Amino acid sequence: MLAHLPVLQVIVPLLAAPLCLMLRRPRLVWLFSLLVSTCTFLISILLLQQVMVSGTVIYELGGWEAPWGIEYRIDKLSAYLLLIISAISTVILLAAQVSIEKEISEDKQTLFYVLYLLFLTGMLGIIATGDAFNVFVFLEISSLSAYALIALGNDRRALWASFQYLIMGTIGATFILIGIGMMYQMTGTLNMADLSERLPELSQTRTVFAAFTFVIVGICLKLALFPLHLWLPNAYAYAPSIVTSIFAATATKVTIYLLIRFTFSVFGLSFSFTTLPLQILFMVLGLLGVFVASTTAIYQKNVKHLFAYSSIAQIGYIIVGFSISTVSGLTATLLHVFNHALMKGALFLALGAVMYRIGSVQLSQFQGLGRQMPFTMAAIVIGGLSLIGVPLTVGFVSKWYLLMALIEKGWWHVALLILLGSLLAIVYVWRIIEMAYFKPSLAGRESIKEAPMSFLTPIWILVLANIYFGIDTRLSVQVAQAAAQSLFGVSP
Amino acid sequence: MIIMGLYNYWIVVVLMMIGFYIVIAHGNLIKKMVGLTIFQTSVFIFYISMAKVDGGTAPILADDVNLYSNPLPHVLILTAIVVGIATTALGLALVVRIKEAYGSIEEEVIQTQYNRDQNSLNKENKTC
Repeated sequence: MLAHLPVLQVIVPLLAAPLCLMLRRPRLVWLFSLLVSTCTFLISILLLQQVMVSGTVIYELGGWEAPWGIEYRIDKLSAYLLLIISAISTVILLAAQVSIEKEISEDKQTLFYVLYLLFLTGMLGIIATGDAFNVFVFLEISSLSAYALIALGNDRRALWASFQYLIMGTIGATFILIGIGMMYQMTGTLNMADLSERLPELSQTRTVFAAFTFVIVGICLKLALFPLHLWLPNAYAYAPSIVTSIFAATATKVTIYLLIRFTFSVFGLSFSFTTLPLQILFMVLGLLGVFVASTTAIYQKNVKHLFAYSSIAQIGYIIVGFSISTVSGLTATLLHVFNHALMKGALFLALGAVMYRIGSVQLSQFQGLGRQMPFTMAAIVIGGLSLIGVPLTVGFVSKWYLLMALIEKGWWHVALLILLGSLLAIVYVWRIIEMAYFKPSLAGRESIKEAPMSFLTPIWILVLANIYFGIDTRLSVQVAQAAAQSLFGVSP
Repeated sequence: MIIMGLYNYWIVVVLMMIGFYIVIAHGNLIKKMVGLTIFQTSVFIFYISMAKVDGGTAPILADDVNLYSNPLPHVLILTAIVVGIATTALGLALVVRIKEAYGSIEEEVIQTQYNRDQNSLNKENKTC
């Protein structure tokens, strides 16, 4: 049983998805999905333990030896991300039942859970697999279910957002497919470990350059890296609240994993960062993303839009850490991946609670909510503080590591810009706080009550995690550091 | 000689650009989907072309066949075709729902209504 953990991680939600259709009753399906998600969470804990103790776990599918067969390869980086994704997914599912009941018509509720589990399968699959083509297949499983999940939104704008995402997402995925094809053409293999051995000797050929470019552009489209982010705000804003939470907390993290996997493991550090000017390119795009997206966030009237733009800015920070291309830079990136998942999970779930009570997330509707929904708004405040990077929250930890990495490299000016970017976050978080706490409540809204317990529990689990991992950083830093070191080939 | 030798790849590039252009330039959603399909199909041809071995036959197990094309890209592309069909089906389903919701499948018309939705909501909030 223990030997089969890598494949169980992916196959449990995959098999569970169609089973949901047989259960039919939404409440029952919810319990079942929650159970399945908890199972994947437990599996990921066991896997992380295994990897930290005895190194990379390799699983050959059907007993076919790599590079002929497909292998699942769980190293420290993948185990770390598997844990983040499955943990966040489980917590968000806790809140799903209440929120979905309100936002999606009854005949579609079962289908929602089917799509949710398929989405989870796709993401876990991308991380677990060690085969380049398999990545494409799982990417499409998660993307296709994502398009459908967004289209479940009540507003008719959800349909248009979903269609635009479908066009952009498919172009991105096809680019990745072209890149993988070219890699196969040059090396005759699809196994990532095998590719990384064979690519260096071919690294000066034009085909490998083209392959690399296609893969990176494709991933950046999916990642919503500035300036390829245009699909993201609307997709986040009009999807059902639960869908927004899971997307914001996990989907971009998986694409960052892909970026790291392809640049570090497959193409190799020297090719990605020395032969090509990737470092300066990502640095500039990351910083531009931070500033443009944070500034845009300030002017948003819809709070979901506001946090969506803030997500793009956070992706900017993550990419800046990545572009430093040192162990400490990558540690900061991985930490921020973990921390951002906690922040945005909490924030978007809290927005879901607001949506549940007042049926809107327009900023003007937040007037006086601080008194009517104290716990929900407190969660948004703490999440916001974490977003800014205030000490004692997780946001501080990752910003600190990012600044340390930049200073270590001697890039003072970039470190200064990062601090300036955080100031912008203060502005947009303040707008919400001002609206919720310093304005009188709207007329006719006296009956608004605090969100139900089943909603508050998952929100506060994430908020407390925000604080806990901001104080006790042992687990997150240790694993992130170990993962970064193993990617650089440094033995810890 | 070089042009003829890489004939398949030229077709791939031409098809890819045609598809890509349609996706970007056309406002009709169905045409966009067609463009997207052409774009994806060009990649299928790319994979199939690279599997071809000079003088090789189809990869069938038979006594007198020694040289055959590489079957792996064929199999890969079979998967990609399935993915492509799923994408097209989902895209067209969305177009149907968009037509029901907006009464049009022209990007411009939808975008105007979309913007109106956005503005009307903001105004509504200002008044209350």
